[in-house]
Parts: sequence; C-alpha cells; structure tokens
Amino acid sequence: MNTRRRVLKAGAASALALGFPAIVRAQSDKIRIGHLTPLTGFLGALGEYAVKGMRMAVEEINAKGGVMGRPLDVMSEDSVNPATASTKAQRMLDQDKVEFLMGEINSASAKTIMQVAARNKKLFLQIGARSDVLRGADCNRYTFHVDIPVTVMVNAEGQALLRDGLIKGKRIFSLTSDYLFGHDLAKAAKAFVTANGGTVIGDELTPTDTTDFSPLLLKIRQAKPDIVATNLGGNQVTNFVKQYAEFGLPYPVAGFNLNTADAWAAGEGNLSGIWPTVWHHEVDTPGSKAFVAAFRKKHGQPPENHAWIEYVSMHIMARAMSETKTTDNEKLIAYFEKQPEFDLLKPRKGYFRSWDHQLMQEAYTFTVKPKGQAKDKWDFLQFGPAVPRPDQPLELIATTQAQNTCKM
Amino acid sequence: MQFLFLLEQVLNGLVLGGYYLLIALGLSLIFSVGGVVNLAHGAFYALGAYASLEIAQRLGFGAAVALSPLAVALLGIVFERFLLRRFYTADPILPLLLTFGLALVAEQAIRMIWGAAPLPASMPQALKGSVVVGDFLFSRYRLLLLAIVAVILAGIWTLIHKTSFGRVVRAGIQRPDMVAALGIRLQPYMMTIVALGVGMAALAGALFAPIALVHPAMGAEIITVAFVVVVIGGLGSFWGVVLASMLVGVVRGVTIHFAPAAGEASMYILMFLVLMFRPRGLLGERIEKFE
Repeated sequence: MNTRRRVLKAGAASALALGFPAIVRAQSDKIRIGHLTPLTGFLGALGEYAVKGMRMAVEEINAKGGVMGRPLDVMSEDSVNPATASTKAQRMLDQDKVEFLMGEINSASAKTIMQVAARNKKLFLQIGARSDVLRGADCNRYTFHVDIPVTVMVNAEGQALLRDGLIKGKRIFSLTSDYLFGHDLAKAAKAFVTANGGTVIGDELTPTDTTDFSPLLLKIRQAKPDIVATNLGGNQVTNFVKQYAEFGLPYPVAGFNLNTADAWAAGEGNLSGIWPTVWHHEVDTPGSKAFVAAFRKKHGQPPENHAWIEYVSMHIMARAMSETKTTDNEKLIAYFEKQPEFDLLKPRKGYFRSWDHQLMQEAYTFTVKPKGQAKDKWDFLQFGPAVPRPDQPLELIATTQAQNTCKM
Repeated sequence: MQFLFLLEQVLNGLVLGGYYLLIALGLSLIFSVGGVVNLAHGAFYALGAYASLEIAQRLGFGAAVALSPLAVALLGIVFERFLLRRFYTADPILPLLLTFGLALVAEQAIRMIWGAAPLPASMPQALKGSVVVGDFLFSRYRLLLLAIVAVILAGIWTLIHKTSFGRVVRAGIQRPDMVAALGIRLQPYMMTIVALGVGMAALAGALFAPIALVHPAMGAEIITVAFVVVVIGGLGSFWGVVLASMLVGVVRGVTIHFAPAAGEASMYILMFLVLMFRPRGLLGERIEKFE
C-alpha cells in the first residue's frame, strides 16, 4: 500500500509538473481519506491500535467491493503534535486530495485539525479525542465526534463512585494531565464531585512526559486524602498505577480516564479501583464478538478500545457514503445531522446529536478482577454494566444544551 | 511541618538520583575512555528492560535482573568490537551519527519484535510497599535499588582507582600515545569499559521495568536525562556524575513540591545555569586530548 501510494504520488507529481492534471484525476477512482493519529509519544501505543482497527475496517469494506464500487484508500500518518497535525491535515487536503479527514486521539491535535477542517470546509470525523471543549466552545459544523467526551466519562465513573459511597463527604486528591484534555477532565470531575457533596483538597498538574511520580506520591501522603482520583492520560496512567502499587499507599484510587492498553501495560497486581471505558472486548453482542475474533486471528490478542472505535468509525463513514451515494462533504454533514442510527457493536445503537455533532452511545465502567481469576494477560479487567441503563435515554450522561456552549 | 515535607522530598530526590546515576555513569565512562558520546546508550537500557521481561517470564524476577545485564553486555562487546572501535580517533561527529542511528534502529527493532504498546511488568509482591523511617516514607523497592547502585558505584570506583586495570584505563584517558609507547594495547580495556557501561544501562532497564513504562521509546527518554546529568557533572568526571545525579534528583523533587507543572523542565534549567557559569560542568576535568 505504501509503495503504491509512493508510486501514485510520484506519478501525480510528475504529471503535474508536465501540466497534465487531467491524467491525475482520471487515474484515481479510489476514495482517498486522510487519517491522522499519534503514533509516537505518550499516546503512541493507543495510536498503533487505532491504525490496526482502521486497517481492518478498510480491508473488510474493500473485500466487499468498496463503497459505491470504489475502493477506499486511507493514508494513515503520525500526527506528532498539534502544530504538525494541522500542517499534515492541510497537506492531505491540498496535495493528496483526500475527500475528508478522520482520526486523532490527542485533544490538542484534534483542535488544530478541526480548525483546518472548518477553514477548508471539509469534513473531519474526530474519532478518539475526548476533551469537552472540542464539542463545546470550539465546536464547528465540519467536525463530528465519535468517542465519549470527558463529561460522559466523569458521569459514568461518578455514578459508580456514588454507588460505592466514595464521593459524598469524602476528601479527594487528584492528579491532572497538563494539557487540554487533562484540564477539561479535571474541570468536569471537580464539578461532579462538588455537586455530589465531596471536596477536592488538592489537584496537581502533571506534565505529559512525567515518568517518575514519587514526589507526587509523597504529596498525596502528606495530604492524607480519602480517595486519589486521576485525570491523567495515555502512558501517564500506567506509570502512576505502577508506582502507586510500588509505594503501596493505602488510599483507594479512582480514575476518570484509563484506556485498556494502559491498563494492560500496568501488569498484574498493580491496578486497582474503578475506571470508565467506552468499549471493552467483552461487550456481549454478535457484532463485537465477530470483531474481536477477527482481530484476535490477525493480531493474536484482543482489540483495544481504540481499535474498536476506528473500526466502527470507518464503517459509519462507509455507510454514510453508500446511503448518500456521494463523497460530497456538505451532503454527508446533512446526512449525519438527520440523526440516523449506527451499529456500534454495542447493545444499543448510537446517533450523532445534530446540534453538537457528538455521537450518543453507551459507556461502561470496569474494576479489576481478584487475583488469580484472570484467564490470560488481557483478562484482568472486570467489565461492568452499561451506563445509562437500557431503560434510560442515552442523553442522560451527556452534557445538556444548557451546559454546552457549542454554537455552529 | 512544611520543612519536614521538604526534607522528605530532598531525601526522595537523592534516591531518584541513584536511579539516574546507573545510566549516566556508563555514558560518562565510555566517553572518558573512548571519547565517544554513546547516543545508543538508551537503547541498551531499553534492551535490558525487554530482555529482563523475557527472562522473568521463564526464570523469575531475580534471574532477570542478574542475567539481562550480562546478555546486553555481551551485545555491548559485539558493538564495541565491530562498530565503536573504528571511531575512537575519528572526527567526533562520526561516532555521534553512528550511535544516534543505532538508537533509532534499536527502537524500531524493539517496536517490530515486541510491538509499540507498553509491556506489563511487575515486581515480586514482597518488594512492594514502603518503609517509614522517622517521619519519612521510602519505597522499599527504591531503597533496594539505591543499595544496588551504591555497591556498583563502590565497585566501579575501586576498579578504576585501585587496580592495575584502572591505572591503565586512567593513563589511557590522559595519554593514549604514552600507553601505546609502553607496549600496552588499550583495546581490551576499552572493550571491558563499554561492556561494563552498557551492562549497567541494561541493569537499570531491568530494575526500572517494574516501576517505569516498558515501551520502545524508553531509551530515547532516558538518554536525554542521562546526557543532562553527565553535562551538569562535567564530561568524564566520576564524582561529577555522582554529584549531578543527586542534584538533578533533588532539584526535580523540590520543584515538583512547589510547582508540579515545572517538574520536567527543572533539570534543563539547572543544566542551563550550570553551563552558563561553569561550561566545563561541576567537576569537569581537563582532559588533554579534548582540549
């Protein structure tokens, strides 16, 4: 695929140089899609799963003849950082002539790509970044958001903590990842805790490249909280969890963000507490089971939630193009805004809310299985019930129109 | 009370300094003897961590900590014999490029073999937990780590300063031409030093695996810190590296106590200040062949 792309690119370049742009257009009956996700840095491990999930979806769709008889051609690149992400997004639109953009996990990079999308009037399916402001103050009509926003994570996690009596009257010390996502998460978490009778007694901003948490662990001990809450992201959570287990502090841990890959990397016996998630490979639907089986067959391990979300997102885009019979971005936006329901391989279907373009879907929590119950090294998480419950509306845990400042 | 908390951070910083020392000392030794800044040093650290996980799965944690450095030291001998040796007298930019390239190759190789996702690693349950001494909290594991570092430090110091092996090495650092004139081949000495240096890096990797993230870029992360420590201490200085490791650990801990967001930046500010007022580093020696 890579060499093919290079040959195409070289061909395109030489044709352009010779002044035959018509030839280039005639050559490409493929649907080109620009896909950006972090492949290095503290979110790089998640990005690797993202690319695997995306590739699986593309292979499946192309094996069935593509979309409208045209094969999909997804170019996946490392988004590196917010500045590089927007440069690459612009380049993909200008030079690679992609039809639309997909991807991202890093909220700060998603924000800059959203600006590129709005400026160029091109669709951006923002898959994995969770910051509230992206679908709030910074929202725009060219961007749709697939992953659950931090408010949903906090509400899902918070309900579980409330149930276990870990918020009301409790003193909570939190660690927060020092970038857009962490700030947003800390804000939502603090609002939830305060509204439910808890107190945040300390909140420490932690740089994303922090590898040693020992000075912060000492501060936690000095503060003597009832609960330690983490608003960390990516690798940070793994490092924190390992070192928290190393020091063996007695306070229970609750986290508002943990991806399955970060949990897997923590190692047995290190992880504890209750955590929220958007999907887990034990979701009991035929669709999820088939996806997990296919992924296991190909990669020898269960898919992580980022593999799932990219897989589902590509299928959503494919369905949107087939049903509208076009790649025209305006028509696709109009289609999504009619709120059609999509299969997310979960018990309940989801839909994009028309006024903030956020996908409404179930969330879950998980805890850690007691020692000795794990079947293999991927199996130490105890997957919990769906939030909201099947009889409650999906909007229950999302931001309301009154809370959300999004204006398209 | 505030003072006690601060003192606790200082002590914790000293422990953390031991953690940096294990990497920085090897880097400094290889530079002193061969005149080569080994940018691939972090790669050996990463390999040490990955090798320890493979060994731990089969033979347990203790065996992993003992065997992984030996395996990587053997690799270090191959690295010295077939690559590094050609560059001792070359333009310094060449070994820099070579080792930088090797670091990239090693990182991608690790990614191909073990995947980009971090691998799980745990320590034996018995080593978890903390010890309270007076008012101060220490992680049991890190105290053990500090003891290991102290033993190694004493060993290396004795080797360099109290043995005939060390006398040749020290002479070789100052006047390689005189050593050659006395009919002594420096090459086996250099090979030993490189094996020792990368072995220490691998030991650090094996020891940190349970408390840090085991992922392909871990070598690139640690080489930056190690290099900062060596530069602050003074290139080639044994005690300079020791002092600088402790200093970086303490400065980082104290900074995090007051302003956590500036924690990772603190060591670079420290390096900046040291270099501004003392470009040679804290205890940097005058080494003739580099003047």
